Amino acid sequence: MITLKDVSKTFTLHNQGSAVIAVIDKANLTVAPGECVALTGASGAGKSTLMRMIYGNYLTQSGSIRIGDVDLVQAQPRDVIALRRVKLGYVSQFLRVVPRVPTLDVVAEPLRALGMPAPDAQDRARALLTQLNIPQRLWGLSPTTFSGGEQQRVNIARGFAHPYPALLLDEPTASLDPHNREIVLSLIADAKARGAAIIGIFHDAEARERVCDREIDVGAFTPQAVV
Amino acid sequence: MTPLLSVQGITKHYGTHIGCADVSFDLYPGEVMGIVGESGSGKSTLLNCMAGHLAPDAGRVMFDTRKPSGDDAAGHDTYGPRDTVTMSEPERRMLSRTDWAFVHQHARDGLRMGVSAGGNVGERLMAVGARHYASIRDQATDWLGRVEIDAGRIDDRPTTFSGGMQQRLQIARNLVTGPRLVFMDEPTGGLDVSVQARLLDLLRGLVRDMGLSAIIVTHDLAVVRLLADRIMVMKSGRVVESGLTDQVLDDPQHAYSQLLVSSVLQV
Repeated sequence: MITLKDVSKTFTLHNQGSAVIAVIDKANLTVAPGECVALTGASGAGKSTLMRMIYGNYLTQSGSIRIGDVDLVQAQPRDVIALRRVKLGYVSQFLRVVPRVPTLDVVAEPLRALGMPAPDAQDRARALLTQLNIPQRLWGLSPTTFSGGEQQRVNIARGFAHPYPALLLDEPTASLDPHNREIVLSLIADAKARGAAIIGIFHDAEARERVCDREIDVGAFTPQAVV
Repeated sequence: MTPLLSVQGITKHYGTHIGCADVSFDLYPGEVMGIVGESGSGKSTLLNCMAGHLAPDAGRVMFDTRKPSGDDAAGHDTYGPRDTVTMSEPERRMLSRTDWAFVHQHARDGLRMGVSAGGNVGERLMAVGARHYASIRDQATDWLGRVEIDAGRIDDRPTTFSGGMQQRLQIARNLVTGPRLVFMDEPTGGLDVSVQARLLDLLRGLVRDMGLSAIIVTHDLAVVRLLADRIMVMKSGRVVESGLTDQVLDDPQHAYSQLLVSSVLQV
């Protein structure tokens, strides 16, 4: 479902003496449907960078990143947008929302974008928020004022609202209590069971061992010159 | 798929000074494009050239016109992509009252300040042939509700409205005829942040539910991140970088885009 071939990336900082920093060199990676792969490596090895390249918000200089039958590196913006709407989900570490929008609508939004009528999308959102223990009295409020753990669970609910065939998870269990962590792990297991290809970054080693089938050390893709 | 709007090589000079130079892009149905850049970078010149407010020196603005419905269809067999720069003034004017909408930065430029709120919305309906008073008033009431203006204010003039309400009224006036393409010039500029958030939420919902395409000129990167699918970064009249909104904002490639993104104050 997700295939990376000879993927490389450099950052050029024009306003800082045009410094060129190579971060990823010839990364290769394949994730099959129903499989969960963990990206590992020391802080700064490029785990989040690689994940953002797969989501398309970081530009990839060379190689190919195929999600299903679309090559993200070559795709036009509107193809990437369609891909994200239908096939490629991403749970980032931080929730970014329009202020003032109620939590229920934040979670229902990915489904509304796919054309699902509001009542059905909200039913699905309610089910997820209940499952993730967000108290019902908070559903009508904007998540911008929520605690870190609550925001993260809202973000996860939003990321799991639509059954994406490919899913990227950036630290989905960080800052969660043990009970909620279990729930998130079971959501990931369910997504695998329905055939989603998942790439995750987990600093929580135990969580990683429970849901991930393989580990990929991103350090192996770090350009030699930088080490 | 045919682009709704295809802009090809738009250039506009003010004497020897460059307004905008050789700008080209395609906009597809349902897409929202943001144009960012500092003051004087040519954003508004470009927007005004596209919307027919300014005549470009060179270039084409191809719009995918639709077949008129019902009785109007007779005699109109030219539809599909047409160059709006060279079409006749009456045709372009008709377009700007039906398929196009233009939301000005200052609501007073887009509203008739001496006419009631309901009249402002109804006027645009009458311009496309609506004559039945009760149905015009019903539609105006419906639209005031959609932009969260109390129906009780329908007979008040916009001069009695706050800045945020005026802006929402301007949006209602523009969208009542069901346009397919909306041009917006700094739609949230000059509004305080709480009002901005409300307006952003409203615009996002309207764009999604009506399947609108929009071109938004702004210098506020937070606004484009929330509203636009794609952005173009302009500097000195030229497009220096374009692409997916989050890609350009998270990983800008051009020196100027990097400067622009890194200059935003963190709250």
